[in-house]
Amino acid sequence: MTKKLVPINPFHSIGHKILSTAQGTGEMIALLLETVYYCKEAPRNLSSIYRQVNDIGIGTLPIAMLMSLFVGMVLSLQTGSELAMYGSQEAIGAIVGLSMVRELGPVMTSLLVAGRIGSAMAAEVGAMQVYEEIDALKTLEINPVRYLAMPRLIACLLSVPALVVFAVFIGVIGGGVVAEVNPKINVPFSVYYDNMIRALSYKEVLKGLLKALVFGGIIAQVGCYVGFKTKGGARGIGESTTRSVVLSFLLIMFANYLLTRFMI
Amino acid sequence: MKTAHLISGSFFDGPASMNKLVTFLNKLAHGFSASFLETNNLKEEYGESSGVSISIQGLNKAFDGKPILKNINLNIEAGETFSIIGPSGTGKSLLLKHIAKLELPDSGQIFVDGHNIHTNNGVPERSYRYSMVFQSSALFNSLTVGENVGLWLREKRVRRESRIRRIIHEKLSLVGLAGTEGMLTSELSGGMRKRVAIARSLAMNPDLILYDEPTAELDPVTSDELAKVIQSLKIKLNLTTIIVSHDLNFALYLSDRVAMMDNGEIIEIGTPEELKKSQNKKIRDFIYTTTKGIKEGK
Repeated sequence: MTKKLVPINPFHSIGHKILSTAQGTGEMIALLLETVYYCKEAPRNLSSIYRQVNDIGIGTLPIAMLMSLFVGMVLSLQTGSELAMYGSQEAIGAIVGLSMVRELGPVMTSLLVAGRIGSAMAAEVGAMQVYEEIDALKTLEINPVRYLAMPRLIACLLSVPALVVFAVFIGVIGGGVVAEVNPKINVPFSVYYDNMIRALSYKEVLKGLLKALVFGGIIAQVGCYVGFKTKGGARGIGESTTRSVVLSFLLIMFANYLLTRFMI
Repeated sequence: MKTAHLISGSFFDGPASMNKLVTFLNKLAHGFSASFLETNNLKEEYGESSGVSISIQGLNKAFDGKPILKNINLNIEAGETFSIIGPSGTGKSLLLKHIAKLELPDSGQIFVDGHNIHTNNGVPERSYRYSMVFQSSALFNSLTVGENVGLWLREKRVRRESRIRRIIHEKLSLVGLAGTEGMLTSELSGGMRKRVAIARSLAMNPDLILYDEPTAELDPVTSDELAKVIQSLKIKLNLTTIIVSHDLNFALYLSDRVAMMDNGEIIEIGTPEELKKSQNKKIRDFIYTTTKGIKEGK
């Protein structure tokens, strides 16, 4: 039987999109508030938090460090070559240090965690939703937000800044090695280091860590929210995985702009 | 019980975000001391099972304007084993989810021992314990069998750890799975998974236990074993049991009374014998099928 085609009213579809976005935003805020509320019960869920920290932090550490090493090296190579043309290559330490601490460290590491962990979170919670495990938790009088979302939020808040510290450290070392070894740049590591330390202040480091903290919260909330809203079997779980990555990336970039704007 | 209030005002209540925010603010205002109180209360409340009566009045539920449950009226006695049978897609599982408070009705009320389970006006809404055995068993794959069974006990801290281990052993023995505490759920067969799910439900000492298609995906021999487990629980424990199934023989064998649902409505309620003798064509068509029904005249 041929399905009758119904003409789409553009105002209707725009209105529907606005309403569903507003509803999604409201639900995410409600979930965030509820998750924060249940943080008071963190001491009861230490084993769960520890397991999540292990997955998020320790599991991501090698790849985060490797990625950061190459980011630092490329940054040093690109910037150092340009600076060398004007004979200002000694500033390379400050540029790499500030870039890594302020932007590249928090943003790149968070994007990596969003891709690796946020998607896994959405898939795991989504599978639990699809296979009635969330309903089972409710009938066991266990609040799914407390049991699933709260440990993941705390683990992300702890792990992402810690990962950023390691990533920045390794990135800066990578940049320094390239600056010393590359004949075009040829800046001794001690000069690179002194230059960087002069440019960096505790305030800059704290700003970077604050960004990492916010991005960690975004990753956990998006992963859990998308997971809780999963419908429709294996296909739904796959869609949730993609959706969580896309949404996390967008929100991290948006939050990065806002934070940078207000911290400058 | 405070937990029930907290769960009822959760993110999962539906799309009404404002209601959730209001509920959250109420929680903030009143709920911070709840966790300490609820633990103590539960310690006192973890008693033996005692069946509860259920009364459903004028229950309606629609999805996208399409009515799924239509004016359901049902009374189930305390300690009764009651089955809801009917063809697939008639709303049996949805009705069960309403009783388990996993769905909110559009209209109508459900009373357990005279208390409306969906009213949240400050009166403790739930002085009973209920649990549900899901069609998919819904075991937590990251936990072992013992951890699954003991999850509620450990989360609510109703007993010391040594006592919890004993309870887990007792409940697994009740379903014939003693000694499987350390196994992973991925190592279990379909029938074993169902029995672990029953043991997990029994760990709460529930007053009401709900089974959603307990024999789905099980072979006839395993279904028989499961029926024996449920039958023995019926004899040993004084709890109200509601079974939703389209496995006719299973439901008729276990139940004190059976309700037949069709197209979102309850079309007949009676004892298994009364249902077998019913002259309603829909019931006769359902009961006396060639392959899965019972044989005419038996």
